[in-house]
Amino acid sequence: MIEVRNIIKRFGEQEVLKGISAEFKQGKMNLIIGKSGSGKTVLIKCIVGLMIPSEGEILYDGRDFTKMSVKEKKELRTEIGMLFQGNALFDSLTVEENIRFPLDMFTKKSMEEKTDRVNEVLNRVNLQGANLKYPSQLSGGMQKRTGLARAIVMNPKYLFCDEPNSGLDPKTSIVIDELINEITEENNITTIMNTHDMNSVIGSGDNILFLHQGERWWEGNNISLFESTNEELDSFIFASEFLKEAKTARLIKNQNK
Amino acid sequence: MKGGFLFHLGRYVLLIKSLFVKPERPYMYWKETARMMVDIGVGSVIIILVISFFIGAVSAVQFAYNLSDSLVPMYYVGYVVKESMILEFAPTVSCLILAGKIGSNISSELGTMRLTEQIDAFEIMGVNTSSYLIAPKIVAAITMIPLLVIIAALTGIIGGGVAAVGSGYMSKQEYIQGIQFFFVAKNINVMLVKAVVFAFLLTSISCYQGYYASGSAIEIGKASTRAVVISSIMVLLADYLIAWMML
Repeated sequence: MIEVRNIIKRFGEQEVLKGISAEFKQGKMNLIIGKSGSGKTVLIKCIVGLMIPSEGEILYDGRDFTKMSVKEKKELRTEIGMLFQGNALFDSLTVEENIRFPLDMFTKKSMEEKTDRVNEVLNRVNLQGANLKYPSQLSGGMQKRTGLARAIVMNPKYLFCDEPNSGLDPKTSIVIDELINEITEENNITTIMNTHDMNSVIGSGDNILFLHQGERWWEGNNISLFESTNEELDSFIFASEFLKEAKTARLIKNQNK
Repeated sequence: MKGGFLFHLGRYVLLIKSLFVKPERPYMYWKETARMMVDIGVGSVIIILVISFFIGAVSAVQFAYNLSDSLVPMYYVGYVVKESMILEFAPTVSCLILAGKIGSNISSELGTMRLTEQIDAFEIMGVNTSSYLIAPKIVAAITMIPLLVIIAALTGIIGGGVAAVGSGYMSKQEYIQGIQFFFVAKNINVMLVKAVVFAFLLTSISCYQGYYASGSAIEIGKASTRAVVISSIMVLLADYLIAWMML
């Protein structure tokens, strides 16, 4: 489990995160949602340590990341996997080399063991046979799956996904969501996903944190989402007429039950 | 890029300091260094050969033209070409060319890695990014650039000979006599010291510019330009200081 307590992040005079506290549960899909500029990316970057919060605590199973030494942070990072919005694949390396990189850098496994592990995760993300391709030769969905394979190759305890559906068609988005969902459940990982994608929110949000103007505005799941009376959340999630109708239909269905 | 001179100087010094850490896996650093050695060394041989050949050739022809009606013996052309190639043209001009070629390449590579979150991906894995991405480039440069400078000096001297003898200003024996005339071994040391210092400056400055690039693709372009301009100025400043201290 990851817990954040009273996280404040300032850039000069501007306070981007205003004392956010939340719990992200193990084995669940924890979603951070909100409009552009609401502080989602800053929060996720503070949690993974790419930004240092101005105030507050970040606890990884009780271990306070903000108080760790460089060595302790380095050790913790081997337990973290991250799927980036733009995939962040290393251009000069093949798919296999990209995925093998953390194993090369941080383990003493033999080449055979590393290759077996790479093939295992490639199979898991349904990307068999793409070992020797370069990132530029892959489609958006394949790049995303390669990024996911690299993120899970070290068997992480914590998985972070920064807008994993951006730039993907709806069908591929669902495939990626399902994959992340399955991997989270199979390995009992604490997954935190930062998303704009309503399919992801409605389909796989076990625990949803809604940020608005840098504040924690609402917390719930993909079921309570439909019953929420929070206006900001409502206008964000059910923004289109189609989604409003879908919400009404769902509520009527629930009442009839 | 925001911040004043002292801000950048301080951050540059801190970046260089951060390179001196124990590598997580030395083999991976060596692999990256070898890749950079090929990029910097092998990748720059042709341009160095062409440029230094013509610098030597032009120096020889122009100097021979100036001496043609004087009482100075013609073999002095060989002597002047040798001295100017060893002391100035080979280290300084080669490194100015390499600042353009390698400097912009390094800066845009790191800048693109920063913008596409590849550097963040390394950070998340726990890799010391400054050390892993910059140290191999500097080590490769200070290994390969002195070799390129030696090649440049030899090529320039050969180019001077081909041009001077080919143009009919002097015989082959006269040119060789000029090359052998008043040979000072210390000048070779000065050339190599210059090559190592310039290599360090041009790669570290370019790495700094690329590593801290932020914003958009336009910023990467600006960072590359800054890398070339600042490296070139620093190379010329260091050239003066080394000449002043060592000669």
